[in-house]
Amino acid sequence: MAAKPKLYYFNGRGRMESIRWLLAAAGVEFEEEFIETREHYEKLQKDGCLLFGQVPLVEIDGMMLTQTRAILSYLAAKYNLYGKDLKERVRIDMYTDGTLDLMIMIARAAFQPPKEKEENYAEIMKKAKTRYFPTFEKILKDHGEDFLVGNKFSWADIQLLEAILMVEELDAPVLSDFPLLKAFKTRISNIPTIKKFLQHGSQRKPPPDSHYVEVVKTVLQF
Amino acid sequence: MAGKPILHYFDGRGRMEPIRWLLAATGEEFEEKFMKTREDLEKLRNDGSLMFQQVPMVEIDGMKLVQTKAILNYIAAKHNLYGKDIKERALIDMYTEGMADLNEMIIYYPSLPPGDKEGRLTQIKEKARNRYFPAFEKVLKSHGQDYLVGNRLSKADVHLTELLYHTEELDSTVLANFPLLKALRTRVSNLPTMKKFLQPGSQRKPFDDEKCVEAVKKIFS
Repeated sequence: MAAKPKLYYFNGRGRMESIRWLLAAAGVEFEEEFIETREHYEKLQKDGCLLFGQVPLVEIDGMMLTQTRAILSYLAAKYNLYGKDLKERVRIDMYTDGTLDLMIMIARAAFQPPKEKEENYAEIMKKAKTRYFPTFEKILKDHGEDFLVGNKFSWADIQLLEAILMVEELDAPVLSDFPLLKAFKTRISNIPTIKKFLQHGSQRKPPPDSHYVEVVKTVLQF
Repeated sequence: MAGKPILHYFDGRGRMEPIRWLLAATGEEFEEKFMKTREDLEKLRNDGSLMFQQVPMVEIDGMKLVQTKAILNYIAAKHNLYGKDIKERALIDMYTEGMADLNEMIIYYPSLPPGDKEGRLTQIKEKARNRYFPAFEKVLKSHGQDYLVGNRLSKADVHLTELLYHTEELDSTVLANFPLLKALRTRVSNLPTMKKFLQPGSQRKPFDDEKCVEAVKKIFS
């Protein structure tokens, strides 16, 4: 029997959160090793686990995988969340690239000084409301189906839900102009594996706080 | 029969260059429509051609594809340059993502204000020499094969070859300690499709000079 995937990262969202979401949505149990000190990080580097000296790192199927998108694509393919053919896969890639861009902007903003942070959040909200959410609302409107691609649950749906919830944390009524996204949010949140992940006690991480920012800055030395 | 792919971008490297390299490697001929003015960009946006209002955009096989990585993955898969299974694809993706991180620093270099260029150049040199190139040299050394993954040409080799040339433009001795990378670059450059692309008169773009940077600022500001 295969060992559970093991995630190596800080005890917080960052670039690992989308990976946690995907595993959880696929119903795959996983372990986590949290990096809390510089020494721990340097040990991982010295042991040769980190191809480019960076985390996220996921140990899975005998591989030490790094690079967020490489990990996500592997998991999506392995758990049949990547569409049925190349044309569906490219649509999923386009949509997830867009939502991942948005979520990484949010993750990065946490590390800015207060003034820049406010400016970044304003920019993020503007992009969400005028670029990303209208695009996804239109996609759902055009085909009238329950899921973004191929009338079937995929990685694109998981990541869009994750992005919606993250943006709502910054501005709760953001979906007021997007009725189909609202319905989408409810529908995807009710999928059993996702419902479970959204409950207290799951491996989902809270938004970054000052303690998290401190730990990351100390470990990565910036 | 489907028409040739059409690349929508400005007349310069930017984020479109890896796509030009990859298409060239496959031998699939392509056309280019260059944006020259702000109006050109607005027209594409108003036409609904740009999913997230951004370029690159590639018209291919009846689709209007955006997001560089999505486009590259599609072309690679279509032309069997993406490994034989999901494990090989994961390795190709991991290597490519690292290359993209270094490339990101290089793409923006020409448009930096003069005062920032020196610092960025130092950063590029440091990362290339200490993080990225050692990693790829080690991969090649570990299996002793001609290509990065699965003993055959993949998108990873094409992207790496492009990256090696572009980094060398900024740091002429960067490959001095990486003999296997040099050998890979030579090997890929000698493939018939690549050899053709590397000759003058191809669709390969020169280093984004000041004139190009000015033109781009006008389009995107």
